[in-house]
Amino acid sequence: MTLIDELGAWLADPTHWTGPDGMVTRLLEHVALSGACLGLAIAIALPIGLWIGHTGRGAAGVIRAANIGQALPTLGVIGIVLPLTANIEPYGFDLIPSIVALVALAIPPIVTNTYAGLRQVDPEAVEAGRGMGMRELQLLRLVEVPLALPSVLAGLRISAVQVVATATLAAVLGAGGLGRLIIDGIAQQDDAQLFMGAVLVAILAIATELAFAGLQRIAISPGLRGRVQAARGSAADV
Amino acid sequence: MTTAAPDDRSPVAARGQPSNPPPSTTGAVVELDHVTKRYGPPGSSPAVNELSLTIPAGEVCVLVGPSGCGKTTTMKMINRLVEPTSGRLTIDGRDVMQLSPVDLRRRIGYVIQQVGLFPHMTVGENTGVVPRLLRWPQARIRERVEELLDLVGLEAAAYRDRYPSELSGGERQRVGVARALAADPPVMLMDEPFGAVDPIRRDRLQNEFLRLQSRVRKTIVFVTHDVDEAIKMADRIAILQRGGILAQYDTPDAILSHPANEFVERFVGADRGLKRLSLARVRDLELIRPVLVTAGTDRTDARRELQASAVDFALLADEHGRPLGWIRATDVDGQGPIDPERATPGASLIEPETTLRDALSAMLASSVQLGAVVDEDERVVGLISVDQISEVLQSGNLPGKTDATG
Amino acid sequence: MPPGEPLLRPDWVVNNLDVIGERLGEHLGMTATAVGVGFVISFALALMIRRHRALTTAVIGAAGILYAVPSLALFAFLIPFTGISFVTAEIALVSYTLLILVRNILLGLESVPPDVLEAADGMGYTSRQRLWRVELPIALPIIVAGLRIATVTTIGLVTVTSLIGQGGLGYLIVVAGINAFFPTAIYVGALLSVALAVAADALLLAAQRRLTPWSSARGGTA
Repeated sequence: MTLIDELGAWLADPTHWTGPDGMVTRLLEHVALSGACLGLAIAIALPIGLWIGHTGRGAAGVIRAANIGQALPTLGVIGIVLPLTANIEPYGFDLIPSIVALVALAIPPIVTNTYAGLRQVDPEAVEAGRGMGMRELQLLRLVEVPLALPSVLAGLRISAVQVVATATLAAVLGAGGLGRLIIDGIAQQDDAQLFMGAVLVAILAIATELAFAGLQRIAISPGLRGRVQAARGSAADV
Repeated sequence: MTTAAPDDRSPVAARGQPSNPPPSTTGAVVELDHVTKRYGPPGSSPAVNELSLTIPAGEVCVLVGPSGCGKTTTMKMINRLVEPTSGRLTIDGRDVMQLSPVDLRRRIGYVIQQVGLFPHMTVGENTGVVPRLLRWPQARIRERVEELLDLVGLEAAAYRDRYPSELSGGERQRVGVARALAADPPVMLMDEPFGAVDPIRRDRLQNEFLRLQSRVRKTIVFVTHDVDEAIKMADRIAILQRGGILAQYDTPDAILSHPANEFVERFVGADRGLKRLSLARVRDLELIRPVLVTAGTDRTDARRELQASAVDFALLADEHGRPLGWIRATDVDGQGPIDPERATPGASLIEPETTLRDALSAMLASSVQLGAVVDEDERVVGLISVDQISEVLQSGNLPGKTDATG
Repeated sequence: MPPGEPLLRPDWVVNNLDVIGERLGEHLGMTATAVGVGFVISFALALMIRRHRALTTAVIGAAGILYAVPSLALFAFLIPFTGISFVTAEIALVSYTLLILVRNILLGLESVPPDVLEAADGMGYTSRQRLWRVELPIALPIIVAGLRIATVTTIGLVTVTSLIGQGGLGYLIVVAGINAFFPTAIYVGALLSVALAVAADALLLAAQRRLTPWSSARGGTA
């Protein structure tokens, strides 16, 4: 049987679509897990990035920590957390290690890009804002964040795509998501299942990438268009 | 032909001559009383030392000095971007330390060298920043933005929705000034506002700004390191020396004619006599009656007129009285009509508003040491000579400034 | 995890040093192969793009799509064709290095100031000499920055290949550790892979500082 035939047969089974272990369920699980982890990471990383970017205080240490964080293999983090939380009910074994690993994965790009974005803001614009009587929070909201937005969004985009891609690994511990189709496919030597899992997760990752690209286009002031290009170029090196 | 750049500012009117009061003085008196700023611990050398200045309402005070003299620090203490270590700063009698920095700054216009326009905001949004911070109603902000853009010579309809990246350097500078004027602040601080534009555009912006100031009459504290700019812009100049010590505070004329000490003398330059010429205009001089000849004039007549004249040159003009070149007595020997081919082409055309300094440069650049003073239609109204200006230099009396005191 | 099982059994570590060493060696080998092959391909692609600018979008776009495909998914795509094998793992690992390396090689070459190029031409360098003696040395900090990112990323990804029967230190994490409920193996694998990533990064940085003493060498790392 060729892969095409296998795929045809696998897809013809409606339980593979809407069943309790079907693609729709796995897709929704994947989106939910990725969204929750990204949300958590934003809640942690954005304030840190804004704080060190605005004040410059503690920046060196935080950035160094973020760089090391970026070197952590996700499976390694999952492995390190697992024995610590394995006996916590109900999610200690299958979910918490993956969530910790995914949040840890998502934080560094957001912190470093937010910081870099704020640092790149023209000091003249900041001084002009302060000289015009803006309070610190107004300065951040009206001047610094809008000017840093290309870089901040680039960081979110990197994090989001990495989280969506890496959330497949949650299946290693038996959690849901599209990784299940792949892991189960490998275990059951079911190439069709494996292949569909891969297709869906690839589509989801690329869709995330495109969604954030669209968001950048909408959210960034047209006055900054020249800079948007530059930020995109450098952010992708992370 | 060389045309010396006219300077649109009337020195008499702009210097607040009492007989011609401005329509309204909206500026406030700014007073510095023994103000000191120290960045280091007590006892360290101060950046600004015991500085006392009174800046009258509606005047332009230029802070000038070498780098490290504390001029920018001094300016930034007025809106508390820098906090003074000791001393008192007041605006219209109110101690700035009694106001919150935020409220204070919203009442002081601020223009900096790189302009600091917000690149993510349109021209209209940039101009309306302070009114928005002050929570003016939308309609009023809109109206004010239009008024301001008009004031700085930018057509609101064409510019309001553009972004700073779509503007030239000079246009940005004007938006910066409009933005600083938005909430009609009595005081404006300007930190080398024209430092980043090229010399030609700078001259034009300076003239425009002076014209604007003659309408708005703000109290302006202006920082520059350029003595020429200080002389041009200032009603009063404060010269600071290293360590924030006030070397002299006076009108430009007084500083140029009576420098208080050796530092000031060196700082304003050995050519301070020449610089002083910027303070007077060609129209203040008594013009020499020109000998005008045209291509059809008879040589004998021209010779006779030249002999009776105070100068050795006749001005060859076209039929509308516009000058074409100079004719020497030796060019009109013999008989018959004048031969235009023998004229020395290129007369320095000088407008009555031109400063004596620029007029002198223009005349020295041409082979004939005379300048043709022309009206708006380029018709000759009289001549000036290099000799006249060197006489001014030697006597030290600026024409039209006989009442100037040291 | 079995109750009462300690997080780390030192005696297991001591008794299994040979196994651990073997897995570490495998991890290094897989990483070096992937980054090495990836670099050769990327270098060729970058030179090709420089000659034919029109290819930029196509090459970077294709590398970008490969990069966006999750590692596990990429393995999955390949398994029907190349099986559960070393080759499958390496094809995936190499494809992840391409985007980072091509982009940084290009950025590095673009970072050479035009006046330097003009001076080199003026002194009579051939275009090949100019590339090797002028452009590459100047581009080196940014190229090495790309290599660092690619190496660190690959070290992390090698652990994932344990899911398709390869894996180096990932074998210790997944097969000997998670699957067997044995925390000691997990920790040995995880900590060693983190240490390996940090060490490789530091080593490459040090090498680059050595090779380009004139640069302060922060270019390209975000």
